Amino acid sequence: MASTLSYRVAAPAASGRQRLQGMARGAEPFLLPIALFALWAVGAAQGWISAQVLPSPQFVWETLSDLATSGDLWLHAQASLQRVLVGFVVGSALGLLLGAAMGLSKTAEDYLLPTFNALVQIPVLGWLPFVLLLVGIGEPLKYILIAKAALVPVTLGTLQGFRQTPATLLEVGNVYGYSRRQQVLEIVVPTAMPTLFTALRLGFTKAWLSLVVVELVASSEGLGYLIVYGRQLFQLDLVMAAVIVVGALGYAIDRLLDWAEARVAARHGARPTPKGLL
Amino acid sequence: MRRNQAFTRRWRGLAVPFAAIVLWALVARLDLVNSALLVSPAKVLDTGRELLSSGVLWLNLRASLARELTGFVIGTGSGLVLGGLLGLWPRFNRIVGPSFNTFKQISLFAWIPLISVWFGLGDVAKVVFLSLAALVPVVVNTADGMRSTPATLLEVARVYGYTRAKTIWHVVLPSAAPAIFTGVYLALVYSWLATIGAEYLLVSGRGVGNLLIEGSEHFRMDLVLFGMVAIGLVGWLMNASARTLERALARRLGR
Repeated sequence: MASTLSYRVAAPAASGRQRLQGMARGAEPFLLPIALFALWAVGAAQGWISAQVLPSPQFVWETLSDLATSGDLWLHAQASLQRVLVGFVVGSALGLLLGAAMGLSKTAEDYLLPTFNALVQIPVLGWLPFVLLLVGIGEPLKYILIAKAALVPVTLGTLQGFRQTPATLLEVGNVYGYSRRQQVLEIVVPTAMPTLFTALRLGFTKAWLSLVVVELVASSEGLGYLIVYGRQLFQLDLVMAAVIVVGALGYAIDRLLDWAEARVAARHGARPTPKGLL
Repeated sequence: MRRNQAFTRRWRGLAVPFAAIVLWALVARLDLVNSALLVSPAKVLDTGRELLSSGVLWLNLRASLARELTGFVIGTGSGLVLGGLLGLWPRFNRIVGPSFNTFKQISLFAWIPLISVWFGLGDVAKVVFLSLAALVPVVVNTADGMRSTPATLLEVARVYGYTRAKTIWHVVLPSAAPAIFTGVYLALVYSWLATIGAEYLLVSGRGVGNLLIEGSEHFRMDLVLFGMVAIGLVGWLMNASARTLERALARRLGR
């Protein structure tokens, strides 16, 4: 009559050596960046590389803080963020409409999808000279191009989401005698939500990427403009500071979208979506 | 009845572009819009024919493609090595992986101004940029593919007493093949996109992107439109050939 009590066995205390190993593991991701940074700092200090080719870390840091305190950074960052938001909203709205139309109606898809696919073949940068000639170099140019960048993944993702309604659910709807409208509103749309959100997320990433490119080529303010401006004046410290800000912002936005996507997936039931390359 | 349906559906796809071109030609013919930018479809075709026959298009296209292929080869080659290291060597992955992930977050184009300072404005800078553009997807997909070898297969290899090298060659690589191929395919696409961008930002020499920029600078809508079509066609060709290749490989590898 052995008792069936379950024992909670405490994990043995980590030996000193294991703890050291644990700490070493934790430090590993930082080894390379620290080494590179040290190389950079020493190289700049020793004058191995001229300041025009690679400014010292302190210089870049000073420039970065100057930008932040003088308010310039915010000015340019705001211009960039505004563009990407407007472009993204417009592009996604259109993308959702287009994707929904094509997803819900085979006829619409027949008429629109081939043309859409053909236009997609031309990258955003390919459209730039064309749109430039049409609307000049002002804000509409940026909005249009960023909208186009967001439109493509959102449309395709929405189309896919509306297409992938599980047949079983549709059958249940049929059994209950759902009208087409009910079917769409209560079955197709809710099941498409996770895919839709992933598409929106991809759209935003593309929009952000195009923002940088467009600002590099044709703008007079914004983070991309800072990069070009610094380059033209050979102020590499400015260039590097701007690149750092672009990277940091992009990373922050990415994290935010990751978190939001996880929330949506938790609410609507995670569906395996391919984490493709962006 | 079924055949009729499929036929009709095919033709529907052409309805919109056809209508658009007709509308465009009408507007141009009737001079409805007063703008120097409005060129008729016929003019675009003429310009296109001229560019083709004079060899200008081919010259520029060849320059762009040559650069792209060079960058693609260099980037893919080094990407396969780096991706392989990251996928097969856990310690390397822990040390280099996070830094690489951070690096790939930053839009590649943001590096162009720095690249232009370090490598000048010519072909070298462009190829460096293109190599980077090709490198990133290859590394990510190769590392991913190698790391995702199913545990069951690895266990079989261990049961058979395979050495590490044999395991890699006979188990890991074939299982990672689709992912690696995806990476290479993406590298091709990305390096083509990067080619155009590089030509905008590092304006020197010949290239299809240069054609477009010239067109927009001289307000020649016909050049711009034709250039866009050319770019789209090349992109499409690459996509199509990569897809065909992928299907052929999948069939050969028995998937």
